[in-house]
Amino acid sequence: MSADTKEKTVNGSGTERHLNMIEAINEALDIKLREDPDVIVMGEDVGYFGGVFRATAGLQEKHGKTRVFDTPISECGIIGVAVGMGAYGLRPVPEIQFADYIYPGLDQLISEAARLRYRSAGDYISPMTVRSPFGGGIFGGQTHSQSPEAIFTHVSGLKTVIPSTPYDAKGLLISCIEDNDPVIFFEPKRIYNGPFSGYYDKPVEPWKRFDESIVPEGHYKIPLGKARHVTQGEELTVLTYGTMVHVAEAVCREKGVEADILDLRTLVPLDIEAIEESVKKTGKCLIVHEATRTSGFGAELSALVTERCFYHLEAPVERVTGFDTPYPHSLEWAYFPGPVRIGEAIDKMMAG
Amino acid sequence: MIEMINQIYSNKGDKLKGRQLPIMYSSREHSFFSISGNLATQTPQAVGWAMASAIKRDSRIAATWVGEGSTAEGDFHSACTFATVYNAPVILNVINNQWAISSFSGFAGAERTTFAARALGYGLAGLRVDGNDPLAVYAAERWAANRARANAGPTLIEHFTYRAEGHSTSDDPSGYRSAQEREEWPLGDPVMRLKNHLIEIGEWDEDRQEALDKECVDHVKAVTKEAEKNGILGHGLHHPFKTMFEDVFEELPWHLKEQSEQAIHERETKFPEGRPNS
Repeated sequence: MSADTKEKTVNGSGTERHLNMIEAINEALDIKLREDPDVIVMGEDVGYFGGVFRATAGLQEKHGKTRVFDTPISECGIIGVAVGMGAYGLRPVPEIQFADYIYPGLDQLISEAARLRYRSAGDYISPMTVRSPFGGGIFGGQTHSQSPEAIFTHVSGLKTVIPSTPYDAKGLLISCIEDNDPVIFFEPKRIYNGPFSGYYDKPVEPWKRFDESIVPEGHYKIPLGKARHVTQGEELTVLTYGTMVHVAEAVCREKGVEADILDLRTLVPLDIEAIEESVKKTGKCLIVHEATRTSGFGAELSALVTERCFYHLEAPVERVTGFDTPYPHSLEWAYFPGPVRIGEAIDKMMAG
Repeated sequence: MIEMINQIYSNKGDKLKGRQLPIMYSSREHSFFSISGNLATQTPQAVGWAMASAIKRDSRIAATWVGEGSTAEGDFHSACTFATVYNAPVILNVINNQWAISSFSGFAGAERTTFAARALGYGLAGLRVDGNDPLAVYAAERWAANRARANAGPTLIEHFTYRAEGHSTSDDPSGYRSAQEREEWPLGDPVMRLKNHLIEIGEWDEDRQEALDKECVDHVKAVTKEAEKNGILGHGLHHPFKTMFEDVFEELPWHLKEQSEQAIHERETKFPEGRPNS
């Protein structure tokens, strides 16, 4: 469905409520804070100020300082105390201000939160949801742009979830908070305010022009481990997530390719059924992510598709990714896997 | 006791399903948090547990123990910072036994200051006690516990002691320190000191001590024998193969289901006739 059609649909009824991604996330947190007295929200600048991206705006005023509070600048401490709170019986939702800052908390995530259920044989669990803005396209340089999802998908015991629309962001975040396993919830900050076609020189189109920003009030869930069909097509499967869902969709539309685009939404657990079904139908698989290429999540997807769909493939599996460099500042758009890189990969596959 | 020994053997009676190294216990039933094996990670976790208790207006407090060597970890700094910022009802115990495997406490900064003194920089109460005096340790812990329960704040206690034995059963201290050092340690064995004190004040005598020693040794031996019926590590009696894949997540995702089937298949290939008791 093109953006134009969506606009018509929306204008046609005129009664739907549109939220951007920040507002949808804020509403999910608000609902869980209201419904469950064990939910707490914490992080750097999240309390009084409401978060540097405003995702927690108004929540402290509404739910009080013992439920929504600021923390010291210590990611190790934030995740570490969240493990202890989870062991007590709370359901902490810590925010790491940028995914690039999560590394001091890695030991607490990888060695502690991810393995607590296992090493205690279910005696203790770590039901935390770590929210963190990730990805580039905002001139954030090498410390505000990274996509470190593959570090987490490599860890046994962690779930990794990445929404690409306001509707999904709310429903997935509620599922994550209610989940009894530790979840990394990466929010693609480039698309907080509107989807991104990959043309950085064009103005941002706000979410309210798109159907995916129609967000029902109240509680709803999107199950973890279920991919979303962005478009249906017979010519090519595109496996992607986060910001790149929108870039890939725009490029396929431009090229007139009938693509089966799957927004994976959850990397672990992965919707392998949807992937297999799609690739067996199209015979061609393109993987698109913004993260660096080597040992990226695309490598895992490529291996799975090759192992499970090899005899249905009509062309080699292709990966379009960021380059294996730190995220550059001035050369951001040369790094970003934009329309040219995706377009050339599609041309190559369609020619084969 | 039998549960503890089953855990040491990682046998089929082990409540932790043979997943942890010996003595890395966990028992929610006894409010005993799972021991990690990674160093100092427990310190911010204890602070977080204490914060949770305060958030829920619970009167329970948390206590955690860390070696002097691993106070050098960033986690310990995070724990002290969060404890003071949120006035968490927690006791942070530092066991200064002066040796971190082969590294003397100077490698954690002990030559220039005490570990108790670090409390000052964080705005925590700091105590330094003779860790080989059981009554002094008891008094310090009680003071800190009452303080935490009264919401008067967290306490850091340095227990000054000495590691007479090796770090583990595979550690030989003669490789890095004088054998004499242990003999020259002036503060004595804590059990002997308590015994002598109790005899001095007329509450105890040598005969009763001897009987108690024997009773304890006999009890441990008998329970160990009992636990060995459940198997010992590396000799077959362990939890079933499929348990390897349980508790990674609350529910088994497809990839772990596939791997679990593979593990069972490998086992059947290796032991086509089946293997009893394993």
